[in-house]
Amino acid sequence: MSNGRDPVIVGVADSALADGKFVKNASVLGHMALVAKAALEEAGLSLSDVDGLLTAGMWGVPGPGQLPTVSLGEYLGIMPIFVDGTNIGGSAFEAHVAHAAMALEKGYCEVALIVYGSDQRSLRSRNLGGRPSVLGMQHETPYGMPTPVGGYAMAAKRHMHEYGTTSEHLAEIAVATRKWAQLNPAATRRDDLSIDDVMNSGMISEPLHLLDCCLVTDGAGAIVMTTAERAKDLKSKPISVKGYGEAHTHWTVSEMPDLAHLLPAKQAGKTAMEMAGVSHSDIDVVQIYDSFTITVLLSLEALGFCKPGEGGPFVSNQNTAPGGAFPMNTSGGGLSALHPGMFGIFLLIEAARQLRGECGERQVSGAKTALVHGTGGTLSSGATVILQKD
Amino acid sequence: MSYDKPLPVIDHDSRPYWDAAREGRLDIPLCNDCGKHHFYPRTVCPHCHSDDLKFDTISGRGTVHSFTIARRPAGPAFGDDVPYVVALIDLEEGPRMMSRIETDTPESVQIDAAVEVTFVKATDEVSLPFFRLSA
Repeated sequence: MSNGRDPVIVGVADSALADGKFVKNASVLGHMALVAKAALEEAGLSLSDVDGLLTAGMWGVPGPGQLPTVSLGEYLGIMPIFVDGTNIGGSAFEAHVAHAAMALEKGYCEVALIVYGSDQRSLRSRNLGGRPSVLGMQHETPYGMPTPVGGYAMAAKRHMHEYGTTSEHLAEIAVATRKWAQLNPAATRRDDLSIDDVMNSGMISEPLHLLDCCLVTDGAGAIVMTTAERAKDLKSKPISVKGYGEAHTHWTVSEMPDLAHLLPAKQAGKTAMEMAGVSHSDIDVVQIYDSFTITVLLSLEALGFCKPGEGGPFVSNQNTAPGGAFPMNTSGGGLSALHPGMFGIFLLIEAARQLRGECGERQVSGAKTALVHGTGGTLSSGATVILQKD
Repeated sequence: MSYDKPLPVIDHDSRPYWDAAREGRLDIPLCNDCGKHHFYPRTVCPHCHSDDLKFDTISGRGTVHSFTIARRPAGPAFGDDVPYVVALIDLEEGPRMMSRIETDTPESVQIDAAVEVTFVKATDEVSLPFFRLSA
């Protein structure tokens, strides 16, 4: 577009954690309000400027969380005129960026706030006891499939069967991600980690080990978007949203179309890259949802960074670690930085910070274009965003 | 003895499936228009979107598409089962379903292994279709 309404990110913020828990005492809505204020402040905006509100979460259900934008809008004391409570799992926030971009382009709102929060670690509320046995899940929950790890484990097993992918390949991802976390003072896990450590960390759901799985932490994050025209008068350096795409295929694992190939990522990535007019060689830094190591490997293949089946060799020799050819998950990711239930917003925050050049020791030199890809559910949904600094 | 694991919350789509399972049959929907089976049972065919469906008793034979050996249970109720094998079964008739593979040797399960259905009684109302490795 050239009418000044091109969508840009002008503020990002996340909350301070210590040992994976919120440092400050507040309710989950309070934490969201605080990061919202911080993200707006980066741009010199305030909550009273917000007319678009987007959120997804797992708090307050049943109850106020069933209508999350309504409850959050009330808490914040605002009356948004564009809202989006799309929940497609941890990738929801990549979809929110897409939807906010469309609303901004259309002139439907001027300042969009995307926000997420979870105090699952502090509350010890992470539900690992299986999903309610209703509708499609009446055919899965009674069998005792560990959720969500079991579905990811079956995908990993199938990928290993079709392509000879190994547990060592998956461990390469956990180790490389930890090395990035060691460069990020805010990351939760920063101790040394080796391939052997991952392999010996105990089997959870074969073939996935404990350290193939993301952390369970608290966390809150916020993103502020507006138009390129409005951004001219703001304090922060805008990051352009150049392309976006989304897709989903299934909720129950038996309905996943292809366990070894991530169709939503393939579709979303293609849509986003075509819209942005970029090719793989244009991407300087990549943030890919790492709920489990296998999530990353499947995403890399589906997004076209390597061929189907070549994810294992692609991540070998610490290719994605600091100093490697393919800088990925530079915050330390969900595996080592934080994972408060839904991680997708933190991928976007890290990408924006990389493009602004604010990342200190972990800064990817000269990063101009970033690809962010979220995955939600049990490999159910995918949403991709291409960000660029001008 | 009481059954403390999660039971299916049976609905109008699934009632005939669970009724058949209780009687030792694997009945799944077959579309009268496109001729394809599907699973889990729906009111509209997910292949061609016809609503002209009937339940069909199928062979109960299939192969293992993928599986995981749960070394940690999906909640305390499954604690005594560990380690157990949760699998996706490709039914001979086409659809894929999740189930358990009953075996004393989880390590013996392989992708593509032939399996056949067996029914495990949970309560007077519910029997769960499990699978075992074919001889």
